Amino acid sequence: MIRVLDPGPQTTVQDLGRTGQMRYGIPPSGPVDRFAFVLANRLVGNPDTAAALECTLMGPRFETTDAGAIAVTGAEMPVTVNGQSAAGWATIPLKAGDVVKLGPARTGVRSYVAFAGGLDVPLVLGSRSTYLRGRVGGVDGRALRKADELRVFAPGPVRRRRVEPQTIPDYTGEPTVRAVLGPQADRFTAEGLDALFGGRYEVQPQSDRMGSRLRGPRIAHARGHDIVSDGIALGSIQVPGDGQPIVLLVDRQSTGGYTKVATICSCDIWRVGQARPGQSLRFRRIDVDEAHRLLREADRALEAAVREESA
Amino acid sequence: MRFLPAGDLAVCVELGEEISVEVNTRVRALEYLIQQKGLTGVVETVPAYSSLLVYYDPRAVGYEPLCAAIAELVPQATTAVLPPARLVELPCCYGDAELGFDLDAAARRLELAPDELVRLHAGAEYLVYFIGFTPGLPYMTGMPERINIPRLDTPRTKTPPGSVGIGGIQCCIYSVESPGGFWILGRTPVPLYDPSAAEPTLLRPGDRVRFRRIERAEFDAIGAAVTARTYRPVIT
Repeated sequence: MIRVLDPGPQTTVQDLGRTGQMRYGIPPSGPVDRFAFVLANRLVGNPDTAAALECTLMGPRFETTDAGAIAVTGAEMPVTVNGQSAAGWATIPLKAGDVVKLGPARTGVRSYVAFAGGLDVPLVLGSRSTYLRGRVGGVDGRALRKADELRVFAPGPVRRRRVEPQTIPDYTGEPTVRAVLGPQADRFTAEGLDALFGGRYEVQPQSDRMGSRLRGPRIAHARGHDIVSDGIALGSIQVPGDGQPIVLLVDRQSTGGYTKVATICSCDIWRVGQARPGQSLRFRRIDVDEAHRLLREADRALEAAVREESA
Repeated sequence: MRFLPAGDLAVCVELGEEISVEVNTRVRALEYLIQQKGLTGVVETVPAYSSLLVYYDPRAVGYEPLCAAIAELVPQATTAVLPPARLVELPCCYGDAELGFDLDAAARRLELAPDELVRLHAGAEYLVYFIGFTPGLPYMTGMPERINIPRLDTPRTKTPPGSVGIGGIQCCIYSVESPGGFWILGRTPVPLYDPSAAEPTLLRPGDRVRFRRIERAEFDAIGAAVTARTYRPVIT
């Protein structure tokens, strides 16, 4: 079991998300940065589907009641165990009574803490993911609080692993995010599309798991910004009347009535989710075939990312 | 019919651009056929007014083969393939300063007596085109034309869950507290979204909905039964 001593500003339980509920208005949830999340699980020998913690900007402090192992990936939050610093992107063995603390993020927004065995919270509609607005999943549908106690499934044997240093993402600078035009690209002017693919867009502080709000050159509509409401895919770039884009993420509304100019490839969602308020993004236009090629490449990178450490 | 890419994991199948029962029925029929045939690579589907968003796994199916497989089903997507619709009866307490706080203003705007507005609203049968925006929120039409009303000039920032509102040709029931621009005529004590229930959402795409006019005392009694988990909604 783990006991939460300090929850951090927004720490939630997530697994790979809820499938099949969007037709009832319930979004998938799950980690914003799937790449870092999956690697955290693999570092402690879990299946990719195991539930772990997503921490936002600042990590929690917690105590473990049993021996086990954890791994911390994603945003660079300094990790300590009983005050001694420990490495991110690697297996961290723990003894009973150890106190783990994640400090404020130096780069990136979201970090992941996986526990060998995986967090044991109830399955709700087939998933352990927390959907905060809908108050479902995780711990009573909410973020962690002080004194919460979370059970961990019994782990198998844990070997020490680490992520190859060249695979650890860099969350600083000005990431380029690749996007496929549509579904409503035809509702924008040529100048509007040029603005999107030529300009810099700064992440705004109101961004959250529902969407990342950006500000930059106006993306002009050709004929009205309202459409007959339709489904909203992960990464769709919604542009309301003010011409400023909102990238819709894992807790997005299932449907909406604003035009969506383009949709970010799934393998680049983490770049948006790890960009901090004040950081800027650029967009590059690609087609669906290219996006599928990039996804296969990202799958291969994931397979090659983790190495066993020699004893 | 148009296939519009929505990134690398979804495609929007657009069967029209208007809000009509005919187009929406085809959307729901197409969704049903895709589920029934178990199309390779399809992960989940989201119907809306006139389009179906199909999520897929590109590791299992390519974009072109998926679109071709869907296009083949479109001609068969008619009302004939759909199972019979459910009819859901929702008790609704109209008026009442606390619950249906816009009833009098909406009636004035429509130049109707409040009671006549309630009679027209409660006398209609509504079709759930789809569920969206917030968990369990139905997008419905079916009101008599006489009570079509422009949306509020200034949307309110908070509308209580269960609020039954009208705007344009649409009728809406808020499933969670949210902002909104509909005129609130009344409130149903039946939760459309209950995160603690095994099936959190009450309504489904294609359902028919009727409102049964109730007084405040019954509203409170049903509310108490809902809290005690002894209330069962009337679904036929």
